[in-house]
Amino acid sequence: MAVVAHGDRRDPGELSRRVVQRRRRSRVRKAGRPSIVWAVPATVYFTLFALLPLGVVVWLSFTSWSGVGAPASVGLRNWTHLFSDPVMRESIWLMLLLTALGVVTQTPVSLLLGVWAAGKGRSRSVLTALYFIPLLMSSAAVAIVWRALLDPNFGLPHQLPWLFGSGDLFGNPADAIGVLTFVGLWQWTPLYTLIYQGATRAIPVSLYEAASIDGAGPVRQFFTITLPQLRNTMITTMILMVIGGMTTFETILILTQGHPGNSTTTSAYYMYSQAFNSFDFGKASAIAVVLVVVATAIGIAITKWSGYDKMTSTQEGV
Amino acid sequence: MTRRRPNWIAMAFALAWLVIVLAPVYVLVLAAIQTQPNYNSQGPLSLPKALTGSNFSAVIHAGFLHYFLNTLIVTVAVVAIVLVAVPPLSFSIVRGRSLLSRGAFRLFLLGLAVPAQAVIVPMFYLMTKLTLYDTFAAIILPTAAFVFPVATLIMSGNMRDITSDLYEAMALDGASSWRTFRQLVLPLSRGGLATIVVFAALTAWNGFLFPLVLTQSSSVRVFTLGLFNFETTYGINVPEISAAVILSMVPILLVYLFARRSLVQGLMGVGGR
Repeated sequence: MAVVAHGDRRDPGELSRRVVQRRRRSRVRKAGRPSIVWAVPATVYFTLFALLPLGVVVWLSFTSWSGVGAPASVGLRNWTHLFSDPVMRESIWLMLLLTALGVVTQTPVSLLLGVWAAGKGRSRSVLTALYFIPLLMSSAAVAIVWRALLDPNFGLPHQLPWLFGSGDLFGNPADAIGVLTFVGLWQWTPLYTLIYQGATRAIPVSLYEAASIDGAGPVRQFFTITLPQLRNTMITTMILMVIGGMTTFETILILTQGHPGNSTTTSAYYMYSQAFNSFDFGKASAIAVVLVVVATAIGIAITKWSGYDKMTSTQEGV
Repeated sequence: MTRRRPNWIAMAFALAWLVIVLAPVYVLVLAAIQTQPNYNSQGPLSLPKALTGSNFSAVIHAGFLHYFLNTLIVTVAVVAIVLVAVPPLSFSIVRGRSLLSRGAFRLFLLGLAVPAQAVIVPMFYLMTKLTLYDTFAAIILPTAAFVFPVATLIMSGNMRDITSDLYEAMALDGASSWRTFRQLVLPLSRGGLATIVVFAALTAWNGFLFPLVLTQSSSVRVFTLGLFNFETTYGINVPEISAAVILSMVPILLVYLFARRSLVQGLMGVGGR
């Protein structure tokens, strides 16, 4: 940055040279920079196909539409119906329950596995490669496989009655919720294990060496070094688990269809069912709006509560 | 952590988890090579009495090869859209000077929070209005859109790693933004590009929600929908559906064997949903 010294003012040649230099430097800084045009295609596309629909769903929630013809405006009718709908309230509660169960089961398992897998050794890397397999399957495939496996007549409950008792896991609410939680655990733990493994490997070895010298054993090291160092990772994965839990859909569609009764009908599934089974798109749109609001609110709450945005480094002072 | 007694308890848990992970795979493979009567009579865990390849041929005859092709078309199209739109966007976010560039970044961060489930109803409405219902476009367009936020995050992070001296060297050379992009940014972003390709491809390959809601006929049916349809139409024919599931995993397994690092990084992007 050129500073025009007081003395230069008296020399017109010097002044114009400095101005030209300054202009050239700022031109250099501007040169080669992408204009806003570079961002236009993606932004327009995304607005059209992801954001515009959000506006449309709000509009649709004030209409009545069965899928044919044009939507007819009905004012607040869908909303008043929704507020007095017991299934709706139940579905929100279920969504929160399943999400909480997911976090509570998946966190310890993936944390412990991830920390263990971070260690060196042939057996660990072989096992880790195998743990990967559920991630290679689509959500639909996973649900279909478990549907087959847990079939009361031809699946595991039939062959292993000592483990499964009566066998009909889809017949009562508690078992059905248990099945959904277990399938979620099977499906998503590999992903979080991978994340924890990577994060654990990034912990500086010097911390552990210092602790060993001080006489701390492996268990003590785990609780005083590993866990605190993984704090940011734990917050990130918990946010992912919550978002994932709230949007679980294919699993429920294929495994339980919201049954028995409505005991596994989460808000996401209720929305789908109202739209494509009952053809009440207006009401389904209202449910969708509630879903987005609840999901965003919870997302913001977790972020604020965990201090995510302030995200201090776990490696200060190392 | 150099000399440690092997942790037997941890190894025991790790092996227990391995059993849980592999049990369905074990059943899947065994069921696919048995006939249905044998499977039903013996149960999922027993070794098959007789082997057969009939399930695979039945599944192919039921149209799964066609579904395979459809899924391939959708996947290639989605990856193409993402590759054309996202790298330039990230370049603009990382190197652009205007406030709008930063606004674009915030827009896509916000986009991360939008669940695809919430837009299936309006998407159904929009596709019906645009007479695109039951076409490939109906699947491709929304699927690609929902890949953008994570892909943008990955790509921007990747491009930020390119130090500003390199950019400045290009600028001193008198390079236009297009030349800078072509000769500096793209070659140095190969890792990020591979990651978003894998992430987009996986999302499209395993996509289920949009195909379910926006298509109907078997001519545009994708594999996941084919599986779902098969299960609901033919009830629990476990051997045949196992064969179908295995077929659906083959391409991903191939990628896992040959491009493992990109696959892992792409899958971590899945976690970003």
